[in-house]
Amino acid sequence: MDILDYAFMQRALLAAVLVGITAPAVGIYLVQRRQALMGDGIGHVAMTGVGLGFLLSTSPVWMATAVSVLGAVLMELIRWYGRTRGDIALAMLFYGGMAGGVMFINLAPGGSNANLTSYLFGSLSTVSESDVTAICLLAALVVLVTLGLRRQLFAVSQDEEFARVTGLPVRALNLLTAVTAAVTVTVAMRVVGLLLVSALMVVPVAAAQQLSRSFAATFVIAVALGVSVTIGGTVTSYYQDVPPGATIVLLTIGAFIVLTVLAAPLNRRRARAAARAAAGDVAGDAAQEPAECAIPATRSATGKAGV
Amino acid sequence: MKPEPATTEPATAEPGTDESRTAQSRTAESAVAGPGTATRGTSEPSPAEPVISLRGVTAELGSRPVLRGIDLTVRHGEVVALLGANGSGKSTAVRTVIGQVPVTGGEIELFGTPRRRFRDWARVGYVPQRTTAAGGVPATVTEVVSSGRLSRARFGILRKADREAVRQAIELVGMADRAKDSVDALSGGQHQRVLIARALAAQPELLIMDEPMAGVDLASQEVLAETLRVQVAQGASVLLVLHELGPLEPLIDRAVVLRDGCVLHDGPPPAAVGQHALPGHDHVHPHAAHDAEPLRTGLLS
Repeated sequence: MDILDYAFMQRALLAAVLVGITAPAVGIYLVQRRQALMGDGIGHVAMTGVGLGFLLSTSPVWMATAVSVLGAVLMELIRWYGRTRGDIALAMLFYGGMAGGVMFINLAPGGSNANLTSYLFGSLSTVSESDVTAICLLAALVVLVTLGLRRQLFAVSQDEEFARVTGLPVRALNLLTAVTAAVTVTVAMRVVGLLLVSALMVVPVAAAQQLSRSFAATFVIAVALGVSVTIGGTVTSYYQDVPPGATIVLLTIGAFIVLTVLAAPLNRRRARAAARAAAGDVAGDAAQEPAECAIPATRSATGKAGV
Repeated sequence: MKPEPATTEPATAEPGTDESRTAQSRTAESAVAGPGTATRGTSEPSPAEPVISLRGVTAELGSRPVLRGIDLTVRHGEVVALLGANGSGKSTAVRTVIGQVPVTGGEIELFGTPRRRFRDWARVGYVPQRTTAAGGVPATVTEVVSSGRLSRARFGILRKADREAVRQAIELVGMADRAKDSVDALSGGQHQRVLIARALAAQPELLIMDEPMAGVDLASQEVLAETLRVQVAQGASVLLVLHELGPLEPLIDRAVVLRDGCVLHDGPPPAAVGQHALPGHDHVHPHAAHDAEPLRTGLLS
């Protein structure tokens, strides 16, 4: 295992594992509320943060975190108040974020679009000591929120209207989800890059869904899959000269395809077992017809009313 | 504190019959008193106390007035049906009660507390108008129903008693054998049963249901009517939005009929006429504009 002898590889693997955990953990709630592409939108907004970081000579990671949190909160606010044409407002936020990033980085002294590339597509081998500290802190926050508040987040993401009647602070939880997603985007930025972040939030969850019937199982499988592909992609990029971000995303999509193919016979077997169990019930009390099969009384022939 | 509003307001259409009816059903159903009797009614409210009270409520949806001054009172132990044609504002009315639709005027009180300051949501069970209980990620029946228990669970931690309440709520709607199944695999009627179990998981004193019978098969309709009967027998108050009375008719104490955002009728449930009066009539038809032809639902005549 000479791969672990290099300090930069240790840092890269640590960052990769943390991203593998956090991205699907947040992504599952986004998928559940059918906002799968929100991570993508936040990624675009985070570009402005990276550009600002270069321009102001501060840490691009922390600046990106601040700006993408701001952008995520703005997106939530648009969702509340701007019901009409909310999609247009969101689109402007996305493209504004991207254009802002390009603008700021070119304004920065000695800056060019080349600096942006490592944030757009990830640059695992250049992850610095301070980056790792930031990633660890942010990942801890994400895990704390997504695990500690899983029941509340589940309820809000499943049915917002009902969650309000259970007395949950729906708006606060929505904002928290948005902020957590924004933090995750910046955690994953150095590993897979801003343009591919969303894939790691959505695809492991989609793949896990092929196998699972419960939310808990989906969560566990998605995180396990996320960790496997990020480690796999990082190791592959060490031995073969391939970009880690792209390798990770392609591995995830490969896993999705494999699981989808495997799931078909599994589901068929489950359906057969369920049918057999149902048939056993019917045999037990054959006299009792299932109510669905009973023909409801129809109107008598003498009825005069009609519609 | 201001004086109790119930004493100043005129009583319901026939308070005598309402009382006797509830009392009757209570004695008749006391044998089937299931879970929740011990925990429900911690404060023991007096029978006349209104659990829901709307006074002159107006609301708009996208600057179009939907409610034009609604008065609606549900007293403790009462089962009130909110009826009306499509677009009459019945769903909007219940959504103002739970705070999903902002009101532009009037007062709403829940258990005598102005809705804005009402925090005791564990006393309210809500069944939204849905055709599915599923989200974007698979979830089991137990997981969905558990989210209804959060109002009683501190910090979202479900203890043994909470899990037991969830199990009983699932059993109450006859879904115990499907508890570990994904809600994606259920029929429309079973989805509705899950949504009702979710509302019952907190053992509420007040049930608010928005079209619980829409798109529900006969077997599930029977189960739902029976579930509701048990709840009413235990003293729960119910506000139902319905398209027609259907199998729930014997349970309903009072009907409030809306038309164009105004209360048209408040009193005993109107008798069904025409085809709707026939047993087994299933109210399924494509919804044309509600004023395209004279209404013959039997609810407004």
